[in-house]
Amino acid sequence: MAFGATLLQQAWRCLIIARKDIRIYYSKGPVIVFGVLFPVFLFLSFTIGRHLEMDFMIPGLIGMVLFFTATAISPIVVPWETMQRTLERLMSCPVMIETIILGDILASFAFGLGISLVPIIIGLALGVTISSPLVLVAAIILAAFAFAALGNVFSIPPTNLPATVNMIASVVKFPVVFISGVFIPLDELPAWGRAISYVSPLTYFTDIARRCVEGQGYLPVAVDLLALLAFALLFLTIAVTLHRRTMPKRI
Amino acid sequence: MACIQVDNLTKHYGKLLAVDHISFKVEQGEFFGFLGPNGAGKTTTVRMLTGIIRADEGSASILGHKAGSLGAKQMSGVLPEMANAYADLSGWNNLMLVSQLYGVPAREARGRGEGLLQKLGLQPRKDDLVKGYSKGMKQRLILCMALLSDPQILFLDEPTSGLDVQSARLIKGLLQDLNAGGKTIFLTTHDMDEANQLCHRVAIINHGLIVDADAPEKIRLATGGVRSVEVSFDGEASTETLANLPGVNSVKKLGDKYRLYTADPGDLVASVVSFSDVHRLKIVSLNTLSPTLEDAFVALTDKESK
Repeated sequence: MAFGATLLQQAWRCLIIARKDIRIYYSKGPVIVFGVLFPVFLFLSFTIGRHLEMDFMIPGLIGMVLFFTATAISPIVVPWETMQRTLERLMSCPVMIETIILGDILASFAFGLGISLVPIIIGLALGVTISSPLVLVAAIILAAFAFAALGNVFSIPPTNLPATVNMIASVVKFPVVFISGVFIPLDELPAWGRAISYVSPLTYFTDIARRCVEGQGYLPVAVDLLALLAFALLFLTIAVTLHRRTMPKRI
Repeated sequence: MACIQVDNLTKHYGKLLAVDHISFKVEQGEFFGFLGPNGAGKTTTVRMLTGIIRADEGSASILGHKAGSLGAKQMSGVLPEMANAYADLSGWNNLMLVSQLYGVPAREARGRGEGLLQKLGLQPRKDDLVKGYSKGMKQRLILCMALLSDPQILFLDEPTSGLDVQSARLIKGLLQDLNAGGKTIFLTTHDMDEANQLCHRVAIINHGLIVDADAPEKIRLATGGVRSVEVSFDGEASTETLANLPGVNSVKKLGDKYRLYTADPGDLVASVVSFSDVHRLKIVSLNTLSPTLEDAFVALTDKESK
């Protein structure tokens, strides 16, 4: 079969895998409620009593919700399928490992996109205005993909215990939130704090969201968007390359 | 062209040599059994053939396509050992998922899916979630999933293991029909009776090496072994007296039967009949037994182990 036809066929099968993931792992009441409530409560616990402006709070909230939802389920899909013994059946179908991984990432990406509407609607209802909606949409798309791919990277160790992967993910996710300008804007961080914040993809999303809502960001829009794109490609490459090595070891 | 061609296939797990440079081929339309004790390398071999794991050395091809390639997978239906369908999807949605992953047109998939569910007795429960299925139903569903793309070759790893008699018979009957219809079947099993009933040829693997490959009857006869007479009386017989009958080498009591091992079952039958007359015991059943494929399997794998 010609390369182009194979590519199209695998792209279609990747969407089928993403749809399967959404039906099985994401379309559940508790998952959706947890996806929305957990980051909202975490955010409120750090902002209540600080008399912050709504324009400051909403970009951080969008960033938190997007980051936590897009990385919530993607780390556990592969270990869960290993434990449930559905992975071998899936791998024996005419799909490449890359197709399976990209399908898992796309499902997480779609979940992150959908849930990120919640804080946006809350913000709009509370009178927040978005000055550059198209830039915000582009940033949300790039960030959701980067976070979904990061979530998938957590599932690379060939364990069949979702709890182990969740522990690894939590060890990374919580510190990332505190170094990403969600609670303290980049321009108020000391130089060393800012240097650390640049290793987090959430930093660039929060910065661009502040620009779109508050009207001012620390970094140029192009830098934020390019950084998000670079993180998305980096995490995707890591996920695909390493899963290719570890996935056969799961069986 | 052989349907499956395996040359020097090898797989290590760390220091363990799980599959040791094995070579064999399976012709189109053949029902091929792959037998071996636990840990012999059967499942590892199937996984290399179906592209789940990569071989360290050697090569394998499926209908001319490299094993594990998309082309080879597209032509194969696979029932992995201990595999599960998605428990949170219905039986029907599991089938449709597989049909989409194999690129089967929707109308064809629906027609074939209905037919398979009907044949395997799952039609009334097709819309129920798989989490409510029994083990036998799950296994039948996974077989339906393996057959939905109408593959030319089927890889079945222990398809009847742990199933009730009805489910096992249903699956074996379907496999015979499929093979009669021209499908090539590669069956991995522990069950010697199953292999004997179904397979045209079998290969026996032990410690990663193929120790024999031939028709089950030829393997059975070539291995030789002990013959016996199995008899059941309507009352208790003395094992010691039976052991003293002419030509008896040893006696084993198996439930309500006695198995008398001998070199000459014909003469021993006459002795057993006169024994029953003398001791006023009625013979309930009397069979002469020659070495089974299981005996041959044990002899071959034991010899290798020593």
